[in-house]
Amino acid sequence: METGRGDEVKLIGMWASPFVLRVKVALNLKGVHYESLEEDLPFGKSQLLLDSNPVHKKVPVLLHNGKPICESLIILEYIDEVWASAGAPAILPSDPYDRATARFWAAYVDEKIFASMKGALITESDEKRKALVESTLVGLGSMEEALDRRSKGGKFFGGESIGFLDLALGSLVGWLRVMGKACGMNFLDPDRTPRLAGWAESFCEADPIKDVLPDTDKLVEFRKTLQAAMEAASAAAAAAATPATPSTS
Amino acid sequence: MAKEVKLLGFWASAYVVRVQIALNFKGIEYEYVEEDLKKKSELLLQSNPVYRQVPVLVHGGKPIPESMVILEYIEEAWPEKPLLPQDPYQRAMAPTFKNKIYRSRSSPFQCLPSGVKYFTTKGEDQLKAKEELVENLRILEGALQGNKFFAGETAGMVDIVAGWLPFWIRRMEGLFGDKVVEEDNLPHLNAWFQDYLSLPFVREKLPPPDKVCAHLRGLLASLEPN
Repeated sequence: METGRGDEVKLIGMWASPFVLRVKVALNLKGVHYESLEEDLPFGKSQLLLDSNPVHKKVPVLLHNGKPICESLIILEYIDEVWASAGAPAILPSDPYDRATARFWAAYVDEKIFASMKGALITESDEKRKALVESTLVGLGSMEEALDRRSKGGKFFGGESIGFLDLALGSLVGWLRVMGKACGMNFLDPDRTPRLAGWAESFCEADPIKDVLPDTDKLVEFRKTLQAAMEAASAAAAAAATPATPSTS
Repeated sequence: MAKEVKLLGFWASAYVVRVQIALNFKGIEYEYVEEDLKKKSELLLQSNPVYRQVPVLVHGGKPIPESMVILEYIEEAWPEKPLLPQDPYQRAMAPTFKNKIYRSRSSPFQCLPSGVKYFTTKGEDQLKAKEELVENLRILEGALQGNKFFAGETAGMVDIVAGWLPFWIRRMEGLFGDKVVEEDNLPHLNAWFQDYLSLPFVREKLPPPDKVCAHLRGLLASLEPN
């Protein structure tokens, strides 16, 4: 345990964010005590968040002794380096090639799977949603193959213990379930992707995760809040864009 | 015995060039394999089945695709002559910064998309694109913080990652007879453009400007509606 070093660790986050979840689990894995600062997204952003991440203004932001680190995957690597010790498990493997593989797939999770999933949840077009759902399934199919190839006999992408890629993909499981409810299908169907389905269960039940994993029903409710906020914002934008037209007759 | 290093690339790709620059900086010997992107080799398709793109580094037969992943791999597999700082916080700040340069994730500060917009538009649209590009570049201007390079006194990883900017922007300026980055509007970045492009390990790996301009002209022509 890395307490008592005089380290002050704060996490600016939001309960529903999968990216914040990654960091919470990583900190739990390392046994790091931290103060959780909850942002009121999507309704507002604190001055601390705006000051700590002026370019992207997004959560998560890790504050380590006052110094901000942004971007969830970068924060994970930082946590792994700073709290590397005999007691805590490594998040990234030590071999450079294995590290490269983990980073490659984590980037794929964000760029292919998360992007498709988010698009599918937001779009109003049925056609686009269908395409994005398909894209998400293709992405998950690739992860099934990657799990098949990489596991080296463990439950997780990281082998016997939770690793970088487990954190990257595992954080999306809650939202995949939300999307599943919205589309009337199971994105982690054991018939389609058996290994991934088993992996998702193991991930969600693991100790460092189960206490911080958001409840799926709460995420479903939150999605409704987000949709209402987005609709209100578009309506406001549309009203602002319509020029006042004095009668010309 | 050192394992064999191969780089699958395309001569005009900025992503390939940045990997070549990093390999050159580290003094790593490698075999360069030029890919015909219209007829990709079996090796490329097998090495990068997910994206089927260059660059792919193949080290001792093991493939590593995606230029950012490759750069981090090069840094770790050949730790002599480091491109990244030793301090974990500084290391964390370096990639956060590179995210400002090109990663989208709905960030308003994207040099790559605005650069592409500038290249592919005309007239009013191009003027708007140029304004947007300059605004994005202003962030980089600030990030230099009066240093010669983003990494400090000497060039490092972030400079190599951002290095496509000076090369491509200068080529586009030449093509359009325009000025995007100059002494007047972005003085530090303007100086960095020059300093970076004149580093020997960079200069040696840049594709010939004339060939690039011809390539760009060809791309623009292909974008014209028939």
